[in-house]
Amino acid sequence: MYTSPEAVIAILGMALATIAVKASGLLLADRLPREGFAAAWLKHIPGAVLAALVAPALVTGSMAEVVAAVATGTIFVLSRNLFAAMAGGVLTVYLMRLWLGA
Amino acid sequence: MSQFAALADSPREQFLAGARACLPVAISVAAYGLVWGVLARGAGLSLLEVLMMSGLVFAGAAQFVALDLWTATPASLPIGPLVLAAFIVNLRYLLLTATLRPLYRDGQLLRGALGMYLVTDENWAMTVAAMARGGGSVAFLMGGGVLAWISWMSTNVIGYGLGSAIDDPTRWGLDFAFTATFLALLLGMWKGKADLVPWLVAALAAIATAHFVEGNWHILVGGIVGSVAGAILEVRKRVHLA
Repeated sequence: MYTSPEAVIAILGMALATIAVKASGLLLADRLPREGFAAAWLKHIPGAVLAALVAPALVTGSMAEVVAAVATGTIFVLSRNLFAAMAGGVLTVYLMRLWLGA
Repeated sequence: MSQFAALADSPREQFLAGARACLPVAISVAAYGLVWGVLARGAGLSLLEVLMMSGLVFAGAAQFVALDLWTATPASLPIGPLVLAAFIVNLRYLLLTATLRPLYRDGQLLRGALGMYLVTDENWAMTVAAMARGGGSVAFLMGGGVLAWISWMSTNVIGYGLGSAIDDPTRWGLDFAFTATFLALLLGMWKGKADLVPWLVAALAAIATAHFVEGNWHILVGGIVGSVAGAILEVRKRVHLA
């Protein structure tokens, strides 16, 4: 158990930067109008962020990831169960990698 | 009877419901937490520094980037770049926490801003999904956040202890837990054809950005470009109808 002043300053700085960004989103949201363009924009953010999170991982993945993504999507659409979809996806990618030897 | 009815909507129930909703994604948090703990040891962080960083910063992507910059000798620690990297990697949270505004009354905003510390991709997504169904609350958000925090902290320490024993989660397919979870969350948000164009634009912009720019910029760029595309389409359609 040891640390240094430099490390403490760096970690506190990182923590302050992180909470400042997270808090600003909530505080600034109030200045945006409730209808019109900005409102429509805010409404579309969640889906767009999720699509942006997922897409690069799928495109840069191998055949195993693509097949696992299809399995994940199919399980979710059929069961509406997030955990089943996640577990099915992980299992599929595990088996596909074994099979493909990748 | 009325007591039971009140209990169903009590903050405590909401808190537990939020934690339950985040259980599946907590597993993905745990998988990344293990890896981060292992890598943190390799990067030269002490256990105390691991506890401080995970407990106070509590942001997975930013912490992974920090390991890249970290040096074991304090004199050469790049403090400025570490703080700037955390700021940039976390910029996308501006978009996320802004969408949580409807959960708070006007007088609660400042206290709510402090609570944003516990917002992660995971409990944010669960809460936004609950809001879309007419539910969701501050307690629900916090329940998921506390679960994610415990999951992240404990697996970081376990990973740190395990050292190099689990160096490759890829072997177990656990690296795919993240993608699978967010893919299912995305599909759950489908409300109709109006979502198709913004999602496609977001995906293409993110893929292009990830290809040309290092780091997590693709999330921010894809999120902004896709949602703006969706807003433009929606406003145009309204003008057209009027």
